[in-house]
Amino acid sequence: MADVGRHPNIELHAYSEVDAVSGYVGNFNVTVRKKARYVDVKECTACGDCEDVCPITAPDEFEIGLSTRKAIYQPFPQAVPSAYVLNIDECLGNNPIACGKCLEVCDKKCIDYDDKDELIHIEVGTVIVCIGMDVYDPTPLDEFGYTRHENVITSMEFERLINSGGPTQGHLIRLTDREQPKTVAFIQCVGSRDANRGNPYCSNFCCMNTVKDCLLIKDHYPDVDIKVFYMDIRAFGKGFEDLFQRSKDAGTIYIRGIPGEVEEDPETKSLKLYVENTTEGTMECHEADMVVLSIGAIPRKDSSTIQQLLTLQRSQDGFFLEAHPKLKPVDAATQGVFFAGCAESPKDIKDSVTQAGAAAARANRLMMQGKVKVEAITSTIIPDLCTSCGICVKVCPYNAISCDTKAKTPATVVEAACAGCGACSAECPFGAITMKHFTDVQIEAQIDAMLEVDAKDKVLAFACNWCSYSGGDLAGTNRFQYPPNTRLIRTMCSGRVDKRFVLRAFARGAPIVLLSGCHFADCHYINAVHWTQRRVEKLWDELEKKGIRPERLQLEWISAAEGQKFATVMRAVEELRQKVTAEEIEHTKKALAGVLEPRKPRAATKKATEQEAAAQEAA
Amino acid sequence: MAEVDGGNGPLRVGVFVCQCGLNIAGTVDCDSVAKFSEGLDDVVVVYNNKYTCSEPGQLEIRKAIEENDLNRVVIASCSPRMHEPTFRAALEAAGLNPYLLEMANLREHCSWVHIGEKDAATGKAKDLVKMAVARARRLEAQEEMVVPITQKAMVVGGGIAGIQAALDLADAGYKVYLIEKEPSIGGIMAQIDKTYPTMDCSI
Repeated sequence: MADVGRHPNIELHAYSEVDAVSGYVGNFNVTVRKKARYVDVKECTACGDCEDVCPITAPDEFEIGLSTRKAIYQPFPQAVPSAYVLNIDECLGNNPIACGKCLEVCDKKCIDYDDKDELIHIEVGTVIVCIGMDVYDPTPLDEFGYTRHENVITSMEFERLINSGGPTQGHLIRLTDREQPKTVAFIQCVGSRDANRGNPYCSNFCCMNTVKDCLLIKDHYPDVDIKVFYMDIRAFGKGFEDLFQRSKDAGTIYIRGIPGEVEEDPETKSLKLYVENTTEGTMECHEADMVVLSIGAIPRKDSSTIQQLLTLQRSQDGFFLEAHPKLKPVDAATQGVFFAGCAESPKDIKDSVTQAGAAAARANRLMMQGKVKVEAITSTIIPDLCTSCGICVKVCPYNAISCDTKAKTPATVVEAACAGCGACSAECPFGAITMKHFTDVQIEAQIDAMLEVDAKDKVLAFACNWCSYSGGDLAGTNRFQYPPNTRLIRTMCSGRVDKRFVLRAFARGAPIVLLSGCHFADCHYINAVHWTQRRVEKLWDELEKKGIRPERLQLEWISAAEGQKFATVMRAVEELRQKVTAEEIEHTKKALAGVLEPRKPRAATKKATEQEAAAQEAA
Repeated sequence: MAEVDGGNGPLRVGVFVCQCGLNIAGTVDCDSVAKFSEGLDDVVVVYNNKYTCSEPGQLEIRKAIEENDLNRVVIASCSPRMHEPTFRAALEAAGLNPYLLEMANLREHCSWVHIGEKDAATGKAKDLVKMAVARARRLEAQEEMVVPITQKAMVVGGGIAGIQAALDLADAGYKVYLIEKEPSIGGIMAQIDKTYPTMDCSI
């Protein structure tokens, strides 16, 4: 930690948050909000005089409420930067009648009650996301009595109690009587590996953390009896099994079975644990003076903020999704962004350090070359067809298109800023925008090829590259089976799917068309997916007016983590397909025959198209 | 014949059907798919191999492009999210623009999800190849833009992972901005007493 503080190449912004991000790989423009700390970090020497005179006490977050701190405080003795911080909500303020004591005693005069948040702008080429994890709150698991029984604590609280820098100077005591417990029980997998309550996944580190805790207790207090209630002990890492055996040799008793109830003795405040010992096949009752709940990891509550800023995806468990679980385990799907630590999945310190090294190496690999190739999937304007209506400017999530609607000059695209979603191309009423590598002709060729023979037996599904198509890949790797009637057409974003594609598919005899994109929060192109929804809603109306059942156009949001959902949707659309009659298809083909004709040249339709544009704008 | 000129003369499409061991061939009749592909517009050569992504498989692509003067390549194998970069590199090595490649996903989207339905899966595979060839015939060469990289990094979060990543990059000579939400770095690690497996202190 101290190395970070003094490294000449590291600019540390503590008490700061990422406010905004724009740009792309190699060229991210970031706005960082430095929150008002009310203490000058550079001037503060952490002498502690201010803390001594502060009249306010509040629960100490670092000690998980097991002790108190003042309104002006240092988070913990080894803090980096080594400086105080003032919680202004607790502070009485600088009204001399009310308080202002800290300012009076501060030799350096580095306290400023009028400090304000400050925005700073930085430019970076790569980003490593290491936002970590939160711990599971076991209060809802009522059978363990956490918060009802004072001597039931969490493994994090235990860490502070056994820590020589903690509130008890490392003396292990019970919270009710401050006596040293004679028996300690650990309950494993609290909030983990339970699909119904808590989380279905294994939190990775809790088994070994308990093994370590048992050894710590036995080192300090060899006479304390320890019982560990577990479902499996997962000691899979290097040296872990050895440590597990050592804890057994030191006298820790491991009992396979998770207690169904923890009961408190009203007088002694000791606890009884009722458990089915699944090794012995017996119902047992064990007594303990203190119970430690080995709690698991959960994604950080504020994960969605950074997720949206960097257009990241999360897997079903809520942790960030890597670009590929085996081949790109620390890369985000967004180029130039990497993950390390528990942001990606629960892991211990060794794995976090390993992953951080990997992420740094991946970032280095990009940066050391000084330049990067970006995919050529961008939009281009066909000036002859552009009427300067300006719709594309509003559609583009990246502000990459500009157009002077008054001067009536054709729109222009800044290619480097274009991320390639294709929403502009789909929304342009004049066909004046081409998406490189996902052109109208290319996609129409796929539609036609698919529906040339036996169209009535097939479902056409459009899937976005980042989420729905990947969800289909995940269904594959997990072997989730579904009917073989669907054919996918991949586009980078569902926002690329022009209404003409959908109508063309129906005109070619498709019984069902499915549009699948990412959930709104997952959109790889900021908010391009909104255009998909808007467009589909309009299309439903249009189909209805033409006497075509709107149900034949389906819209689904499927994330890259939802393989199961992908398979379920595929089954559902096949059921819908079976209900579409041959007469219906014939009727649709006739009703939509016009869409198969090529677009009329602009000159012939200029007036009509301009009216259409005006109508769109009004909508 | 050729409707579209890709800039390399008349269209000459090569199709590579990959069996992926038995991953694809176990469910899809690859011979039948290969035979079907021969009849598609502008397809001049069809290969049916065990592992197209293997070193010999990639060499075969390069050789096929050179020998048959191919200007469009369709690879019917796994998800493009898996091997598109691999095959694009193979095209580039043979002097063909990497954007003249199209993939048909016969594994994740076909053989693995229609196990036991050989006929239907083979029919779907043929459709997927047909769609890929139709698209490939209209593909155009693209030039990738080269953009400069700012040789600075941002690390978001100053727990053990963020600290390590920041130090590694800073030691490598890059300027690193380390952004931490709390008043101090350290994260959850700083709250832990001793750590396994070494049983030493965390800070």
